[in-house]
Amino acid sequence: MELIKSLTKSNAPSGCEESVRNIIIDEVKKFADEIITDTMGNLIVHKKGKGKKLMFAAHMDEIGIMVTHIQDDGFIRFAAVGGVNAYNCINSKVVFANGTTGVVSYEQTNGIKDLKLANMYIDIGASDKESAQKYVNVGDTACFVGDCAFNGNIVISKSLDNRIGCYALIQALKKIKNNTYDLYFTFTVQEEVGLRGARTSAYKINPDMAIAVDVTRTGDTPSSSAMDVKLGSGVAVKVKDASVICHHEVRESLIDVAKKNNIKYQLEVLEKGGTDAGAIHLSHEGVPSGGLSIPTRYIHSSSEMSDLNDVEECIKLIAAFCER
Amino acid sequence: MNNLLKKLSDMRAISGFEYRISNELEKLFAGLADDIHTTALGSVIAVKRCGKPDAKRIMLAAHCDEIGLMVSSIDENGFVKFVNIGGIDTKVLPSSEVVIHGKEDVYGVIGSKPPHLLPREDMDKSLGIDALAIDIGYSHDDACKLVNIGDSITMLSPNSNLKNKQFSGKCLDDRAGVAAMVKCLEYLKKETLDADVYAVCTAQEETGLRGAKTAAYEVKADYAIAVDATHGITPDNSDNAFEIGGGTAIGIGPSLNRKMHKKLINLAEENKIKYQTEVMGGDTGTDAWAIQVSRCGVPTALLSIPLKYMHTTVETLSEKDVEATAKLMALFVKTIGQEGAAL
Amino acid sequence: MIKNIEKLCNICGVSGDEDKVREYIINKITPLCDDIRTDSMGNVIALKKGASSDKKIMIAVHMDEVGFIVSEITDKGFIKFQSVGGIDPRVLVSKRVVIGDKRIKGVIGMKAVHLQNKSEREKAVAENKLTIDIGAKSKKDALKWIEIGDYISFATEFEQFGNGFIKGKALDNRVGCAVAMELLKERYDYDLYVCFTVQEEIGLRGATVAAYAVEPDIALVIETTTASDVSGTDEHQYVVRLNHGAAVTLMDSRTIVDKRLAAWLYENGNKKGIKTQYKESNAGGNDAGAIHLSKEGVKTCAISLPCRYLHSPVTVAAKDDVNSVYELSRLFLQNTKSIMKIMR
Repeated sequence: MELIKSLTKSNAPSGCEESVRNIIIDEVKKFADEIITDTMGNLIVHKKGKGKKLMFAAHMDEIGIMVTHIQDDGFIRFAAVGGVNAYNCINSKVVFANGTTGVVSYEQTNGIKDLKLANMYIDIGASDKESAQKYVNVGDTACFVGDCAFNGNIVISKSLDNRIGCYALIQALKKIKNNTYDLYFTFTVQEEVGLRGARTSAYKINPDMAIAVDVTRTGDTPSSSAMDVKLGSGVAVKVKDASVICHHEVRESLIDVAKKNNIKYQLEVLEKGGTDAGAIHLSHEGVPSGGLSIPTRYIHSSSEMSDLNDVEECIKLIAAFCER
Repeated sequence: MNNLLKKLSDMRAISGFEYRISNELEKLFAGLADDIHTTALGSVIAVKRCGKPDAKRIMLAAHCDEIGLMVSSIDENGFVKFVNIGGIDTKVLPSSEVVIHGKEDVYGVIGSKPPHLLPREDMDKSLGIDALAIDIGYSHDDACKLVNIGDSITMLSPNSNLKNKQFSGKCLDDRAGVAAMVKCLEYLKKETLDADVYAVCTAQEETGLRGAKTAAYEVKADYAIAVDATHGITPDNSDNAFEIGGGTAIGIGPSLNRKMHKKLINLAEENKIKYQTEVMGGDTGTDAWAIQVSRCGVPTALLSIPLKYMHTTVETLSEKDVEATAKLMALFVKTIGQEGAAL
Repeated sequence: MIKNIEKLCNICGVSGDEDKVREYIINKITPLCDDIRTDSMGNVIALKKGASSDKKIMIAVHMDEVGFIVSEITDKGFIKFQSVGGIDPRVLVSKRVVIGDKRIKGVIGMKAVHLQNKSEREKAVAENKLTIDIGAKSKKDALKWIEIGDYISFATEFEQFGNGFIKGKALDNRVGCAVAMELLKERYDYDLYVCFTVQEEIGLRGATVAAYAVEPDIALVIETTTASDVSGTDEHQYVVRLNHGAAVTLMDSRTIVDKRLAAWLYENGNKKGIKTQYKESNAGGNDAGAIHLSKEGVKTCAISLPCRYLHSPVTVAAKDDVNSVYELSRLFLQNTKSIMKIMR
């Protein structure tokens, strides 16, 4: 629980993943043979094994905003880092790396219909440009505020996308004893802006097989759009999303391992959205790739919701797969 | 040619599920190539070596995947809900017959609510994918024994010979390109060549040129020709569309190699092969787009077979255009290497 | 440098047809380089050896410009076309163009305003409804001068105007080319690979393969970027302003620049008296998008010339800014050693 809290609390919009990376390094260093931070900032945790190279990828970054302009009256204009929904932002809080908190609001004369980020601003309570610049400057990034809360096995927080995936990878790594594969647990950067870290880290690792661990949406909320994944129904084995059609052998072996170990799983057919597997499977000559997803509601809001039981199943499946 | 097209049109493999037909594809190239293998992403590569040292490599590429559907859920009454794979025109779907590739192949028909139950004001709107479901004639429990989420679904539509050597069937985009590639290798069977030929049936073109990208990386080609389908002229459109039976369409545009397209045009003129020219100002949307920027860059050309009613189950083309494409490709391959880097 | 920009801008070099720009550049820079080659796509990769060959520095500037390509000739001899690169069709009506190697003159016409009904007057005209008139009598007649697949450029001539302003077609990105040519006159700490890239405007395609071949340790893209400091916009929408200096990218739709790298440029530029501003928007994209994702990843930054009316027949920029772009790029090259130390 404490680890989930500190991971989700980290301030790490795409391009600024350092804080998460440091937490992960601390957690995994005892369990790794080699730890590399590459050019883009991906964290590659190598646990040696005799078999083929197996890459796991979970992205460290979260959506956020970047300051583009500070007005003379002290109000701040911004651009999205990743898929930020304008409506989710209304009157919500953002926090900068130095702790400065701001409120996101919108130009009222333009109204709320067809709301665009271009018509929104951040208010840190500064009376003019100069006093604002004491705290915030052009190019600074901020993440949304959303404290981590637990209702029994349910966790609600910002950035469960994808700290909960990072958490699953970390915990699985701690669990693995006799890995058959040569393992590369990769914590990637810049997934939210286009699977960028996964692309370059996959090129570096050149794996024989890869599995991305990320969140996926559910179809179990009132009148939600169709989707068969449910919260609490186990880890989701990805069949496809917009970025990848998972390799049939990877998918089948994941299912196989789940069945053999009584791991609760469900199948995921996601129409929109992508994961790191989308970049990895196109690396070099092509990498057979799959995905494990943790069912999560309200993705890309400051109140994402997952079920720790699903996370547990995901951890079990990763570990069992590595030891198969 | 007719038999070859029929055979290819009858194969069933949507994007990502090409492994279902890789054996059949490999068989098509048996006897025509020295080495045939399937790649990590499901592309089939047939290599014909010329036997000369340091020979140039020419890659031919036609995609072997087809657009289709995938099971997304099974409802309490055993109806199968689905999503599309690749850009299928949803107008085609109501009352289409399909095969679900589950534990075994399962027949199904795509149904929807009868019109008198649909809002009258929606009569002029086409039915979205959400309003459709596949009826397989089983209860929920029986359905679940045969069909699972993630199973692939292909369209069931018999092919047929129309007048004037026109042929109609599903997924001629781009199995016709594969046919042209096979035919091209047949033409080259007894020829001595100066270049190694890599005929690639690429996977996952319809979902983003994915097989071509990785196959091109693997092949490390010096030149490439992609073969795909382009729009044929139909009664409702002649804009950026080409005459059926008017020959192969040679691509011209910023992402296509100019010397190669000029050479193709010259070869077509010299050998009286019917051709048309297709100008593409930006993304060609074909494997050529991915291949050109592989590694340090690959000079790439594009030949397209005019095809009516693209992405439906009644895609229609002229066998003559497929022949012309195959012939022109063979001529190009034959002359490559002789002049080497001079091209 | 302005003289060179003038010459470069007046050359036609639509994406896929960069030959004449390439020729011009190769001619000029060959005496300045230690090695120069053209790859299979047409990128020019020029090497200027440095004091040390331990690291490779890449500069990318694209040679291509937006334009059109002849797609069809009507029976009456009018020319239909497709755009190459992103051009807003609303700027096209009543513009002059040149077509093909023979630079055949043409005009983009449409029916007179008197003949348009109310809705036609109010609506923008789609590209496929416009044609180019070269004065041909028939298709056969037109084919004497042009052929399908010929490239088309705007016919705007480069000129200086106002108080220190320049205008022309293709400032995007011949200014970058001119700056890079200037930078080749000096030697720096490490080997410098200046890549004059092709096909940027249709998807960063030349840079993709150039970066793959060069394998740089750090890269700089010299570009142009949209300045919206025009009548009718609010200050927070300006993005960059003319006469406020070289624009440093923090983030655009294709790249997030390492903050330390962007900040180094901004702070040291201003410290040295080089006018430097941040690009205050995350829109747009340039060759950096392709380069920074090459192979295992490459630290890449971008310095841009603020430019009004990009991708139109008349682009406008300030001469002082051109100089700032040059000075800041030079500062970068002179300090790659210490910059790379910060990035460790």
